[in-house]
Amino acid sequence: MTGEPDLKHIPWIILALVGAACLAVLAVSRGEPINALWIVVAAVSTFLVAYRSYALFIARHVMGLDGARATPAITRGDGLDYVPTDRRVLFGHHFAAIAGAGPLVGPVLAAQMGYLPGTLWIICGVVLAGAVQDFMVLFISMRRDGKSLGELVRMEMGPVAGTIALAGAFLIMVIILAVLALIVVRALAESPWGTFTVAATIPLALIMGAYTRWIRPGRVGEVSILGFIGLILAIVYGQAIAASPVWGPLFTFTPGQLCWILIGYGALASLLPVWLLLAPRDYLSTFLKIGAITALAVGIVVMAPPLRMPPLTQFVGGGGPAWSGALFPFLFITIACGAVSGFHALIASGTTPKLIATETDAPFIGYGAMLMEAFVAIMALVGASILDPGIYFAMNSPAAVLGTDAASAAHAVTAMGFPVSADLLLQTARDVGEHTIVSRTGGAPTLAVAMAEIFSHVAGGTAMKAFWYHFAILFEALFILTAVDAGTRAGRFMLQDLIGLAVPSFRAGTSFLPGVVATGLCVASWGFFLYQGVTDPLGGVNTLWPVFGISNQMLAAVALMLSTAVLFRMKQQRYAWVTALPTAWLLVCTLGAGGLKLLSGDPAVGFLAHAAKFGAAIDAGTVLAPARSMAQMEAIVFNDRVDAGLCALFLAVVVSLMFFTARTCLAALREDRPTVNEAPARMVPAS
Amino acid sequence: MTWLRDMARLMVGQPPYEAYLAHMARHHPEATPMTAVQFFRNRENARFSGAGGGKCC
Repeated sequence: MTGEPDLKHIPWIILALVGAACLAVLAVSRGEPINALWIVVAAVSTFLVAYRSYALFIARHVMGLDGARATPAITRGDGLDYVPTDRRVLFGHHFAAIAGAGPLVGPVLAAQMGYLPGTLWIICGVVLAGAVQDFMVLFISMRRDGKSLGELVRMEMGPVAGTIALAGAFLIMVIILAVLALIVVRALAESPWGTFTVAATIPLALIMGAYTRWIRPGRVGEVSILGFIGLILAIVYGQAIAASPVWGPLFTFTPGQLCWILIGYGALASLLPVWLLLAPRDYLSTFLKIGAITALAVGIVVMAPPLRMPPLTQFVGGGGPAWSGALFPFLFITIACGAVSGFHALIASGTTPKLIATETDAPFIGYGAMLMEAFVAIMALVGASILDPGIYFAMNSPAAVLGTDAASAAHAVTAMGFPVSADLLLQTARDVGEHTIVSRTGGAPTLAVAMAEIFSHVAGGTAMKAFWYHFAILFEALFILTAVDAGTRAGRFMLQDLIGLAVPSFRAGTSFLPGVVATGLCVASWGFFLYQGVTDPLGGVNTLWPVFGISNQMLAAVALMLSTAVLFRMKQQRYAWVTALPTAWLLVCTLGAGGLKLLSGDPAVGFLAHAAKFGAAIDAGTVLAPARSMAQMEAIVFNDRVDAGLCALFLAVVVSLMFFTARTCLAALREDRPTVNEAPARMVPAS
Repeated sequence: MTWLRDMARLMVGQPPYEAYLAHMARHHPEATPMTAVQFFRNRENARFSGAGGGKCC
């Protein structure tokens, strides 16, 4: 014990000091713009140290991972669903499944409060809550033959709790699909170049599907390269198409038109054979996503841009234009994915636990992949913060605040305290090849402008900005649409199973009609919220994103409550704080935010207060801005009531599961031995 | 570098065919395994057919 055991800790101690120093620089710098790399280095060193220390602590002491204990991939190995997989390969698989639009959009929206609150929440949130949740759920599922979240809740907390969790998960799916589709609508509306490139992916996917079906089956790499060439051609020729007097107008749609196109497309994509559209689109979007994220990381390091957004803005106290509400609790639901995301619990109890080769790989996959997603979120936050704040607020405020042209927008944003000229807004729009950048809400266009800034700095200069902007829009729209297709299809099967409980002939695989009906129901559910968001005079993102954030964080709370209950049943309650503390924090944030959304007297925050204000105006016979007619007024009141009902439902799900968790923990405490329902332990066979 | 290829394929839901063949040879030597193309189609359908499918936000 002389020297050697201590030496191995030295690099980690240095890393911890580097991270602390960067965080200190972030925390104390005021006035002077600081470099984005301070944030990146602070995040990366914190993540590495947390992985080396906290994840290992959880693995060894809290879970008691055992490398000699066989995983489902070994005990149930079938070469198909259950396959022992190299940890690097599985890491990539898991990361590609969890990382989507959430970690890109949330941080961009959160930048309205400045870069500091979002940065600190992502770094602390992921280390103490998000990565812990993913890791715990992966562990719980891995010890139970790779069962899904709903089944796990049922096994450990009873059938009622399991059914509530499942119904909650379906509702969350509906909201996620609606908000994702809304982001695509906002990014593509009135943008013929963007719409053409995204539309071109459909014939491209059909050709790729035919190629893998009849010409060279199974050649994923080959067909993806062909598809990628097609995508680049679509972006290049998109400019000429958009400028053409014949073709340009054909690809120019209003948000309302795009809404109906997406609804029709979602229904069709869920009914077509998967090899024709879904699978080839999946190749394109997955590889483009991984490639673009890698390129963004390289670009930020090469460019080392200064942060132009202030660390804190005056909107910390509430009243921001992109989304309403004060920092607490609304920042913590605005950045969901990236800090802590309940949806990951569905992935960590999906395919990944069936592929894990040995229990000791779990920290790398469960905790590590979530740290990687937090890094993506940090990059998105950096992207939004390197833009001129004037441009940021001109893009992210609703048209009701900005008016419709560059002059009125520049005036309104300057009045907020972020001086910007109409010329700069027009020039930025010209640089990226769009008619206007005013009120392009939803986060995706803002990130695309930032990515164009970074990529054109590294390759191509200003002349390439328009290309890179549309490349970024395509990248975002493509993987969002793939999530919408696949999600609609998954939702369709969920519903068929659910209805099949009562009407057995409704189950999947019996006949064509139930599939059509279930698809219709699923599309109608998310289509309703999408239509509501598109027609919302405040831009929709303002209303829907908080509902999405609340629902996603509530699912996270459910997953962490399950984890806490499992720790109690393992008789590991002395370590229950590992999951109980993040549970408590999420409950405070989501119950707080949900309660405010429901009951706040401020019409900008509370749905019911908003409904009451507009309802009173209807009774008085007056039309309140931003509505322009009595019919719009009534639609607003109706939407407010639906959203309020949804919030109440989410609150009910969480409160009831809190009750089941407490009951389970107390029952476990009364026992003198572990009561978990793990699959029987079997040793790894000697090979 | 085969792990990079395997990773890219698993990202789109295609586990390695060799591992499937090895499993069949070891545990079910009497059965005829699926061909590479059948295996590919089987996994393609499995990825998108079921309530568990889908991806994150």
